[in-house]
Amino acid sequence: MKRYNVQIILAVALAILAYLAQEEIIGKYALSVLMFMGINVILSTSLNLVNGYMGEFSCGHAGFMAVGAYVSSVLGVMLFAKDKVFGPALLDPSLSIWVFPLIVIIGGIAAALAGLLVAIPSFKTRGDYLAIITIAANYIVISVVENIDTIGGARGFMGMKSVVKAMGKTIDMPWMPIWVFIFTILSVWIIRRFISSTFGKGVPAINQDEIAAEIMSVNTNKMKMVAFMLSSGLAGVAGALFAYILGYVNPGSFTILKSTEVLVMVYLGGMGSLSGSVLSAILFTLLLEALRPLQIIKWVVVPFLLILLMQFRPEGIMGNRELPDFFPRLKRFYAFKD
Amino acid sequence: MKRSLVKSTLLAAAFSMAAVPALSADVIKIGFNIPMTGDIPKVGESSKLSAEMLKEDINGAGGLEVGGKKYMLEFIYEDNEAKAESAVTTALKLIEKDEVLAMIGPNSSKQAVPAGQVADDNETVMISPWSTNPDTTLDRPWVFRAAFLDPFQGPVAVDFAAKRFSAKTAAVLYDLSNDYSKGLAEIFKADFEGKFGEGSVKAFESHGTKDQDFSAQLTTIINAKPDFIFLPDNYNQVALIVKQANQLGWSGPIMGADAWGSSELMELCGDLCKGYYFSTHYAAKGAKGATKEFIDRYTAKYGEVPDDVAALTWDATRIVLKGIQQAGELTGKLSKDREAIRDGLSSITKFDGITGSMSFDEQGDPVKCAVVVKITDEGEFEFTESVCP
Amino acid sequence: MESLVQNILNALQWGSFYALIALGYTLVYGVLTLINFAHGDVFMVGAYIAFFVSTFLLTTLGLPGWGVLILAIPLTMFFTSLVGVTLERVAYRPLRRKGAHRLYVVITALMAGLILEHANLAILGASRKAFPSLIEEQVYNIGGVVFTNLKLGVIFTAAAVFVLLNFIVTKTKIGMAMRAISYDKFAVPLMGIPIDQIIVFTFILGSSMAGLAGLLFAMSYPVLEPYMGALIGWKAFIAAVVGGIGDIRGAFIGGFLLGAVEIMVVAVFPSTYRDLIAFSVLLIILAVRPTGLFGVARHTKI
Repeated sequence: MKRYNVQIILAVALAILAYLAQEEIIGKYALSVLMFMGINVILSTSLNLVNGYMGEFSCGHAGFMAVGAYVSSVLGVMLFAKDKVFGPALLDPSLSIWVFPLIVIIGGIAAALAGLLVAIPSFKTRGDYLAIITIAANYIVISVVENIDTIGGARGFMGMKSVVKAMGKTIDMPWMPIWVFIFTILSVWIIRRFISSTFGKGVPAINQDEIAAEIMSVNTNKMKMVAFMLSSGLAGVAGALFAYILGYVNPGSFTILKSTEVLVMVYLGGMGSLSGSVLSAILFTLLLEALRPLQIIKWVVVPFLLILLMQFRPEGIMGNRELPDFFPRLKRFYAFKD
Repeated sequence: MKRSLVKSTLLAAAFSMAAVPALSADVIKIGFNIPMTGDIPKVGESSKLSAEMLKEDINGAGGLEVGGKKYMLEFIYEDNEAKAESAVTTALKLIEKDEVLAMIGPNSSKQAVPAGQVADDNETVMISPWSTNPDTTLDRPWVFRAAFLDPFQGPVAVDFAAKRFSAKTAAVLYDLSNDYSKGLAEIFKADFEGKFGEGSVKAFESHGTKDQDFSAQLTTIINAKPDFIFLPDNYNQVALIVKQANQLGWSGPIMGADAWGSSELMELCGDLCKGYYFSTHYAAKGAKGATKEFIDRYTAKYGEVPDDVAALTWDATRIVLKGIQQAGELTGKLSKDREAIRDGLSSITKFDGITGSMSFDEQGDPVKCAVVVKITDEGEFEFTESVCP
Repeated sequence: MESLVQNILNALQWGSFYALIALGYTLVYGVLTLINFAHGDVFMVGAYIAFFVSTFLLTTLGLPGWGVLILAIPLTMFFTSLVGVTLERVAYRPLRRKGAHRLYVVITALMAGLILEHANLAILGASRKAFPSLIEEQVYNIGGVVFTNLKLGVIFTAAAVFVLLNFIVTKTKIGMAMRAISYDKFAVPLMGIPIDQIIVFTFILGSSMAGLAGLLFAMSYPVLEPYMGALIGWKAFIAAVVGGIGDIRGAFIGGFLLGAVEIMVVAVFPSTYRDLIAFSVLLIILAVRPTGLFGVARHTKI
């Protein structure tokens, strides 16, 4: 019984969330903040895989997010909506509930393939040189999107709202919060499983000493490829959800600025701490919303607070530890690592 | 475990967020979804200054009269950081938490398109002063705009250039990442080539939003020897481009679009921009009546001539206020009042704004005239010609 | 043919700015292995300082343009280096003392850059500033190739700065100390080298170059705004790394290379593909030469 505790708690939480959203007890504003929070959690945990556990410095996460967002948007609109470019819907809208998760995952897979753009050079190139490759990859993705006029170029692409509405029409439920919740939990779970698996232990091994890892029969190239593709794939999932929440995507939303925002979340939480990333993504989103009344000053105060935090905790909120290290009783529920 | 703990505390927080104070009776709240930080802070600042002036006017006169009762105005300014996702949460916050009757902004289409979706879904009137993307208002009965669309402005520039410069060939330099600039450039190109034949646009060059050096593009353009250059760009980049074109030996005419229309243009560009033309919403020099009064008062109050965003925000806000007055009376019930305002807005047949008189078509887009102005040697924007749809 | 020569000149001018800013990145990196992401914003602050110094000298003291320029160069460099040193003292040094991972210092630098941008926005407002023209610009036209005295001045200054910095780093004692710190941070203090002073000196050098670049940039592109340093800062960082970060020659060559790639891509291909092609070229360069053009591969001992 005990080993199902987490699953039960999560399922109950999901049910409560769905109920609250459905009955509109929790407002749409709060709900949208919660959804962006979930997306930030996916982004920061997935980047932590590369930047924290593997010890590389990737600054192009938003590029992969863009790939996922665009691929899933185009696919969804093609299948379930009438569009100027892609013609009438190919499938019956009532199927959208079943196909939507697939669309999100396909977006993730496409982003994972785009991750090869970084993964393959990473065999030879390392450190700050690899950082530039990730930045270049981000710029390349944006530039490609801007140059494809069928998906709107700089004007952006829309029509995803009708897919979301089609889901709501089939079964009347708040689908977007539910999917964001599920995919957030799923991606944290995947990363946690990956990191604590025997195979995944190769990732921190590369961080510690790449040559030693190689000698210990870790296939470092394969390891890097898997880590980069998993990380960028999850970023793609986040991008797909992001696109469906907004109902509109635009290359300007995925620039290097977005990437640096994710970077900040990762290091704020602590390199190589999964619960740290989750926590910092939540805190960061809340902080930005809570300080809205400050207007322009907000962007002076927020970085200032973060600098102060760095001075007092120079290894981020959690360092490389996990929550149960601080609150041992949590281990009964979820350890975040083995 | 921790995750659900955090979620539940958040839910608790969300509950408290939902419990907002009831709408006080004699206040009309209008939300502004504007970019005060991010790429285009000046746009947000102009919007805010212009709205503040309008608010002082009306509140100074005892408030806005709706159905025989005076209401004070309360404007709520929210920063959307020039980001799409932030514009969405901002819109939701204004609509739900602040319970505004109507929303002004966002200004650039990147934010206005998704925020328009939110406004339409939540049945709140939104009017974007500056967005030119057709998608912002398309099939959205709750969304309006105050600026004219690119498909109208592009041909204005073509016809004017053909007449004034007797141009047979043209070159275009535009901002690839800015959908306003790109859309206008493409419409201009299509229209120009339709009139003067394939290849009459000799160079069609682009740059990025934050670029500061345009020498390579300008070298290509100048070598193509066009009759004039069409420059649908924001004024800050216009200043740089014109200067660099000059340094590379360009002496022909340059023509621009409404994003040139800022007092800062002359400050940044100096003598180099004098003698050029651009199409815009109104001519500052020789303006009469309400337009002149607005310009004079704005200039006296803030020490700068209002730019097109300021003028359009002024008009957009006044349109909303007029819509509220048309609604007849306010019941205090949000959804009912919002609907009344929308009906009031759609029923406006003719609105005399400072950017010209306009009416709304079925999409919520304004039907109004464009003017072409000349930058005089005194640095003023002088009326040259007016083009009506 | 003329347009090729013209574009080479354009590329040299644009590359000069990348090179000047990249030098600041590379100097700090060479000593501390710290990517000082605030450097682009220090450059922005430099441009604003140049603006205030020049307007003050022009209007209050009524000096002629050339006199203002002569005074503004050292003043701007001085004040900008103060900003750089303050950053180092307030934000980076405490972290270094605590032995934080270098990437946390990098994030601190990012945050410091954000503070500089938005403090500027909050204090000075969103209006852009027009930089006053200090020297009479002459447009020369030789056989269809057009250039100005300012353009030549910028290119010449960048070259002079490179020669000077290269001399300081390779030929002087303090330069030797700088290289020594990057070689071994623990042994150097034992040799009696004041490590903090050397680091401060490095920041002074880097920031004053950013100040100089800010002044020249403001003269060439006279529209100042709070975000002007962000993009050019990133690109200069890219230039520094492509050249081989930590190496003065690398930063210099990398800056000109990036400038040349950006300009030439526009000249040859449709300009909408500029970013796509330019960054693909950089990606290929780094994939083929994993430590940049001049970077030395550090062999890991087992």
